[in-house]
Amino acid sequence: MDPIELRLPHTLQRPQATSNHEPITHSTEPIVTGTSVVAFKYKDGIMMAADCLGSYGRMAMFRNERRLMAVGKTTLLGMSGDISDYQHMQHTLENIMTQEYDMDDGQRLGTKSIYKCISKIMYNRRSKMNPLWNSYVIAGVDSGEKVLGYVDLIGTTYESPTIATGYGSHMAQPILRKVVEGREDEITEEEAVKIIEDCMRVLYYRDARAFNKLTRAKVTAQGVEITEPYSLETNWDFAESIVGYGA
Amino acid sequence: MSSLLSHEIGYSAPIEVHNHGFSPYVNNEGTSLGICGEDFVLVASDTRQSNGGYSINARRSPKAFELSNRTVIATTGCAADAKQLVEDMEQRAQYYVHKHGREMSTPAMAQVLSQLLYTRRFFPYYVFPIFAGLDAKGKGAVYNYDAIGNIECVSHYAYGSAAALLQPFLDNQINKAHQRGADTTAKPSRAQAVKLAIDAFTSATERDIYTGDWLEIFIVDSEGVHKLTRELKHD
Repeated sequence: MDPIELRLPHTLQRPQATSNHEPITHSTEPIVTGTSVVAFKYKDGIMMAADCLGSYGRMAMFRNERRLMAVGKTTLLGMSGDISDYQHMQHTLENIMTQEYDMDDGQRLGTKSIYKCISKIMYNRRSKMNPLWNSYVIAGVDSGEKVLGYVDLIGTTYESPTIATGYGSHMAQPILRKVVEGREDEITEEEAVKIIEDCMRVLYYRDARAFNKLTRAKVTAQGVEITEPYSLETNWDFAESIVGYGA
Repeated sequence: MSSLLSHEIGYSAPIEVHNHGFSPYVNNEGTSLGICGEDFVLVASDTRQSNGGYSINARRSPKAFELSNRTVIATTGCAADAKQLVEDMEQRAQYYVHKHGREMSTPAMAQVLSQLLYTRRFFPYYVFPIFAGLDAKGKGAVYNYDAIGNIECVSHYAYGSAAALLQPFLDNQINKAHQRGADTTAKPSRAQAVKLAIDAFTSATERDIYTGDWLEIFIVDSEGVHKLTRELKHD
C-alpha cells in the first residue's frame, strides 16, 4: 500500500533536505559596501575623506553614496563596510540626538560621548553575535581637544593621530604615519587637503573597490564642513610601464 | 496541542543558532607583566595595539589601568573585551565605595575580577589580566588569571605576545631560578623591579613584533599609584 502523502500548508512544511531546526540567520557578510575611510589630525582639527562608491561585491553599483556625516554640530563620522548597517546606525544616532535635544537642558553631546555611544552599540551587537558590519571613524574637537577614534564590528576601539580603515590601513596609513605623525599641530589646512587627496589617489590607483569621486570633510572648533562630491585628477600613463597593470 | 502538532510533523520553532563565519574575537596582542615587592607592586604594559595581523592599529592605546588608590590592572588579549572588563571593575569598585564608604581591599577586588570573568564562562572575555595591589598589611600582591577566572597569587607574571620571552627572564632574575647558591627568598627592591621591567620590555621589543612604541609602568606603594612612561622602539 502506498503511503499517504500529506500536504501541509507551506508555512508548516518541513524544509527539504535541511534540519528542521532552521537557524535564524544574521548577516554573515556585508552586501553593499563602502571601502576605506582616511582621517588624520592637523593644526585646526581633523581632516577626513571617503569615496562615493557603493560596491555590490565586485560590481561598482552605486556611484553617489555619502559615507561621511555630521552627528550634531561638532562631530564627524566616517563609515566603511555595509551601507545598510550604516543606515541603521544613522537612524539610531538620529534618535539619540533627538532625545538629547528634547531634554532641552542646553547640553550637547560631545565627540567623546558620541564615540563611546557608537562603540557601545558596536560591542553590544557583536556580543549578540549579530554585528553591524562596519568600521567607523569618529572625529571632533571636544572641549578644545582634538579627538580621532575608531571602532569596528568587534567593538575594538583605539584613538590615534592617523586612522585609515580597510584597504586604506595598508595603503594610506604608511603615508600618513610618515607625513603626519609628530606634526599634528603644524599641518595647515592646505597641506592637509593635499595629503588626504594624495592618499585617496593612491587608493584609487590600487584598491579595486575605490572610486575617484569622493567627499572630504574637516571638523574644527567651528564645526563640521563636508564637501560636495568631487573628482580627483588622475594620470594613468604610468600603467604602461607596469607589467600586468596596464598594457 | 502545540506539542502534539510539533511531534507529528516534526516542526519546532526556529531556535537562534548562529553558526556563521563571524568571529567575535580578535587578539590585539601586546605584553603585560607584574612584579611583587615587599611593600610595593609594579605592573607594566606596552601601549601598542595590533589588529591580529601585521598592522598596527595604534601606537598609544594603553592596556594597563589604575582601578583604585592601591590597585592596578594590566590586560592582554581582545582589546574590546578588556575595555568592557575594566569598565565593569571600575563600576564595581565605585559601587563598593558608595555602599561602604571605603575602598575595596585588594584581595576582595582580586576575587571580584575572578567572578566577573567566570560569569562569562560560556562566552568568555578573551582577556588575560594581571591584577596587582597592596594587601591590608601593606604588602604587595600580584594575581594572574586565565580568561575564565582561574586565579593565582604569584611573585611575578608575564602575559601576552612576549610572555614566553619575559617569564623565564623574570623567573631567573626574581626567583633566582637556576642560580646556584642564590638567596631565593629575597624580593626585588623597587629600583630593581623598575630596571627589570624596562630591560624586559626593551628586549621583548627587539624580538616580538607586537610589543613596542611606549611602556607604561605603574608602581603601587603606601603613597598610592605612581605612573612612569618610557619610549620603546616605534618599528
